[in-house]
Order: sequence, then structure tokens, then C-alpha cells
Amino acid sequence: MAHIKTLQELFRRHRRPGDIVFAILFLAISVFLLTQIYGETSWVKRTKWFAQPRFWPAASLIAMTLFAIFHFVGSLCSPRILGRWFEVVFWLRSLEFVLYFLLYVAVVPLLGYLPTTVLFTCLLTVRVGLATPRFIGFAALFAVCVAVIFRSILQVKIPAGQIYEAFPEPLRAFALTYL
Amino acid sequence: METLLSSIAILSQWQVLVALLLGSIGGVIIGALPGVGAAVAIAILLPATFAFEPIVGLTLMLGVYGSSMYGGAIPAILINTPGTAVNALTTYDGYPMTKRGEGHRALSLAYSASFFGGIFSVVCLILLSPLLAMIAPHFGSREIFLAALLGIILVVLAHRGQVFAAGMLASFGIFLSTIGLEPVKYTKRFTFDMTWLTSGINLIVVVLGLFAISQALLLLVDKDHKPGEARVEGNLFSGLSELFRFKRVASVSSSLGVLMGMIPGVGEFTAQFLSYTYAQKTSKTPDEFGNGAPEGLIASEAANNAVPGAAMIPLLALGIPGEALTAMMLSVFYVHNVIPGPQLFQGQLDFVIAIYIALILLNVIVLAFLLSSTNLLLKIIQIPTRFLGVMILTLSFVGVYSLRNSITDCAIASAFGVFGLILKRLNLPIVPIILGMVLGGIMEVKLRSAMARVKSPLDFVDRPIAAVLFVMILLILILHVRTVIREHKSKRLQETSSNSDTSTQQG
Repeated sequence: MAHIKTLQELFRRHRRPGDIVFAILFLAISVFLLTQIYGETSWVKRTKWFAQPRFWPAASLIAMTLFAIFHFVGSLCSPRILGRWFEVVFWLRSLEFVLYFLLYVAVVPLLGYLPTTVLFTCLLTVRVGLATPRFIGFAALFAVCVAVIFRSILQVKIPAGQIYEAFPEPLRAFALTYL
Repeated sequence: METLLSSIAILSQWQVLVALLLGSIGGVIIGALPGVGAAVAIAILLPATFAFEPIVGLTLMLGVYGSSMYGGAIPAILINTPGTAVNALTTYDGYPMTKRGEGHRALSLAYSASFFGGIFSVVCLILLSPLLAMIAPHFGSREIFLAALLGIILVVLAHRGQVFAAGMLASFGIFLSTIGLEPVKYTKRFTFDMTWLTSGINLIVVVLGLFAISQALLLLVDKDHKPGEARVEGNLFSGLSELFRFKRVASVSSSLGVLMGMIPGVGEFTAQFLSYTYAQKTSKTPDEFGNGAPEGLIASEAANNAVPGAAMIPLLALGIPGEALTAMMLSVFYVHNVIPGPQLFQGQLDFVIAIYIALILLNVIVLAFLLSSTNLLLKIIQIPTRFLGVMILTLSFVGVYSLRNSITDCAIASAFGVFGLILKRLNLPIVPIILGMVLGGIMEVKLRSAMARVKSPLDFVDRPIAAVLFVMILLILILHVRTVIREHKSKRLQETSSNSDTSTQQG
């Protein structure tokens, strides 16, 4: 009994709401990946252990699983702070913005970088509750600055929008290169 | 002399000067914005810098890295909100000074101490260079493997109270570095027969997700917060002369910053903690610490600003990054085929000296900018946090998409963004993942080449540097176990004495 108490004390740490959910998920993923080690890596004949393609994935996954077990035990031994599911909902709420981001990524090659960025920043500004002309104006200005600095000046590799092909000739060439 | 002239010639290119100016001033602004920080900015800028010359890209990043902590002190002192995480200790003494009407004095001292720490670390870097140039060529594959292993162990153990979490995240980082086609035998590793996993998981995609997108998501989902208004009046130059009264604290704190910066995985927090403790223990007025002691403020700022210069030492000399920001800088080197390590000191010493001079210049530029523009900065930081989230998410797109124009990369970065958000909310460390990815790759390559010449396990440590590194690893592990046992025993003793106190009262 005394040994169990000592172990509990050794593992005890500060734990935030939702910690155990994360600990369980991480442990489950670690164990799943470790069970896949034979199918997802190969053992090559006439090759020493340190040069085996399986060596580093196996070493890292074994360490990951062991530490994940300890982390989970630590979570079990530590005093709980209420609000677990509230916290999980907070994590899930971020997915809404991930969706907007991925939509933005998908639309850029169609509408072009500058127009899509202006649209994205303005709509997102409205979505986060800053729907005043001042903030929408700032958002549009910021978008224009970003597009000009990165695509026009620094010539960062972002494809031109398909919509630019429909523009009349002098504007088309300009838009394809700079917007 | 010829090397020095060559370095000055490298630096006098207009692109380098513009990068230095933009990096330094941009870094101060980014540092002053609570919720952004140098890591987010560097992650976003990283792919854009690949198009530049290596010295231009590195100067830009060094500018942001070295100056962000200067900026972070402003909100820490005036509105009790640290601009970057490493300025948290500055609030302890900076804000109480502001409350008693000494805001300008606190800021002035913070700027002066930061400048002192920054210059001190570069001077150390310059003085250590001949030694590094002498030692670095003796680092072969096994020494670099052991140094990388030491880095992983240190980054795990440095997270006191979170060692298991840091361990599992560092291992996760190493695992991520193994995904894709194995480079020697060309066999697939954890691709699950999906083509997009064959080329592996890109470090920059992970960095952008964990640092930039996660921060954007956090700011967007969390309650809106606008930093309070503040204004500073008075002479900001006074601190430069006042710092001389506290030169002992400034020197020791900067030295600790340099020492901790050089050791992989340790960094600003430990340096600050040690220097703050030292300043308090040696002060004539230790009770004032936490209530507006200038020495506390100096200890915190001098220590954290000494770290960036020192963190360049393992990166330049051995090609081993000590923390996330230098890991990001390493990718700039790799993209341009400039391999940091022993050969850099032998073959491109002018490049190394140019980096040193850039570090000195950035400190001068930042100090001049801050002494003249603090009130302007205070206006800029009034941006609501949700709007900052919009800005970071928009900029993250440039970072991820410009790499390979890949929607898959953006989706992976978003997934890491959500993962980073969860880690931040749970107060779990992100840095071990990045160091695991970088150092894991280095360890795999170096172990393979080192073992080719090793016949028995003892051969691995038969060279002096390898032996020293091996003994250091053993000592660190033993010391860690001893510390855990001691802490446990003292906790037990405390509990026993408090229980006996209670029983006495009850009796």
C-alpha cells in the first residue's frame, strides 16, 4: 500500500481540464501505431540493426508508448479540475475555423490570391464579431498589403487565379503576374 | 582582416541591410503584441525566405528572434501582460514600478539590460569562435549523434513537472521524421499506402501548424481581449547610465543567459529563473523582489536577451539546434545547401562573422527604435486578439501554401494546428516535437555512419569528445533521478511536519 502511495506521489502533477481525454487519445494512437510496425515498415536482409528501416520508427514508437502510459498514469494520479467536456468542446470549436481556412486554400487557385484574401479576411472579421466598418476596412487593407508584399514584391510561389484568364489583355497579364 | 572585410562586404548588400532593418523593427512589434511571439512570425516567414540568399533569410530571422524579447517587455511592464512568454518574469518587478509611477524608468532599465545581454552574448560568441573552430572539426558522426541525443534528453528533462509529456512528444517528433520513403533502402515507412505520405511530413508544415495556425485558432476561438491603454512619459535614456549601478547583476545574468542558451533544450526560462534567484539572494533588499526591484527586472531582461546569440553556438558549430527557433533557422541553411557544422567555420568563416556583426547591429537598431518609438508601439498593440487571429491565419496560408502549392500540406498543417491548440490549452510543451523531428533525423543518419566503423560498444566512446558527451549524458540522467528522489523526500517531510502540526493543534 505504501509503495502504491509513493508511486502515486511520484506521478502526481498539475493537470488541466481535458488532460485525461488527451492522455487516453495519445496513448491509443501510440499503441495503434506500434501494432502496425510489422506491416508499415520492413526488415531488410543482410543489414545490421542500426541501418534497418524499422529501427527508428520502432524505437520512437516504443518510447512514445511508454511515455504515454506514464503520462496517462500521471493524469489518473493527479487532482482533477472540473470542466473536461467544456474543454473538449473548445478544441472542437476550432474545427470551424479550420474549415474556413481550407475553403480559402481551395478558392485561391480559382479566384486568385488578392481577391480571395480580401474576401477571407473581411468575412472572418465579421464572423469573429468585429463587424464594424473600421475593422472590415482594416481587414481589407491588411489583405491587400499581404498580397502585394508576398505575391507582387517577394514573388512567393502562389498560383494565379483562373478567373484572371477572363480579364481583358493588359489587365490579364498584370493580374497573372502580380495579383 | 581579409575575412572581416569579406564579412562586411556580405553585410553591406542592400538586401541584407533591408532584412536586418525589417527583421529588427518587425520583431519588436511582433514581440510587443501579446499572443504572437517570434516563433509564430518566424514560422510564417520561413518559406518566404527560401527565395532569398541564405544570409538575407537568416538576417531577417535573426532580427525577429533577437528583437522580439525587447518588444515583449513593453506590455509586460506597462500593462502587466507579457508580450512573449519569456517576458513573464519581467511583469513581477516591471509592473509594480509602473504602478508607483516609474514606468519610464522600468522601460529604460529593461531596454538597457536587454541591450547589455544581447551585446554580451555576441561578444561571447566572437570570443568562443576560435575555440569552436578548433573543437568543431573533432566532431565526427558519433560525437554529433551523442550531442543530438544529449539535446533530446535535455529538452525532455528541462520540462520539469512535464517530463513524461515532453518525452512522449519528443518521441512523436522522432517518429514523424521517419514517415515516408526511407532514404537508403527505399522502403516505405508508415505511409499506409497513401501517396501523399510517401514524401514524408515536412518540418515546415509541422512548424507552421504547431506554432502559427494553433495560435491563430486559439485567438479566434477564445474570448476577445484587448490590451489596456498605456502611455509612457519621461526620459528613456536614463536607464543606460543607471544600469552601471547594477552591472554585477547584469553581467551575471547575461553570463547565465549565454550558458543556458548554449546548452540545447534549456533556454530562456532556466536562464531567467537562475539569474532572478541569484539577483534576489545577493541583493541588499531581497524583500523588494516582486514589488518593483530594478535588479529583478534587469536579471530577467539581461538573461533572456543573452540567449539568442548563445543559441547560435551549437547551431553554427555543430549543426544542432537547441530550441524550436534555431531548428527553424536550420531549415534555411539546408534549403540553400549551407550545412552548418565544423566545415562552416573552416570554409565560410566570413559568413559566420557576418552573422555576428548582424547580431550586434540588430541590437543597436532595436535600442534606437525603442528609445524613440515606444508610445507608437503602445498604440499598435491595441489590436483585439481575435483580429490578430485573423491576421495570423491569413499569413499562415502564405507560409504553408507557397512551399509546394499543396492543399494536402495545408490540411496537414491545419491538423497540427488543432493539435498545437490542444497542447497549448493543456499547457503541454510543443518544442520537443520540433526538436524530436530535427534531432531524430540527425541521429538516424549519424548513427548509421558512426556504427560502420564501430566493432564493440566501447569503440563508440573511445574518442575524447565522444567520451565526454557520453559521461555528460550519464551524469545528467543520474542527477535527474537524484533530484526527483530528493524532491519527493522533502515533500514527504513537509507533509509529515504539517500533519504533526495539525495533530498538535488538535490535541
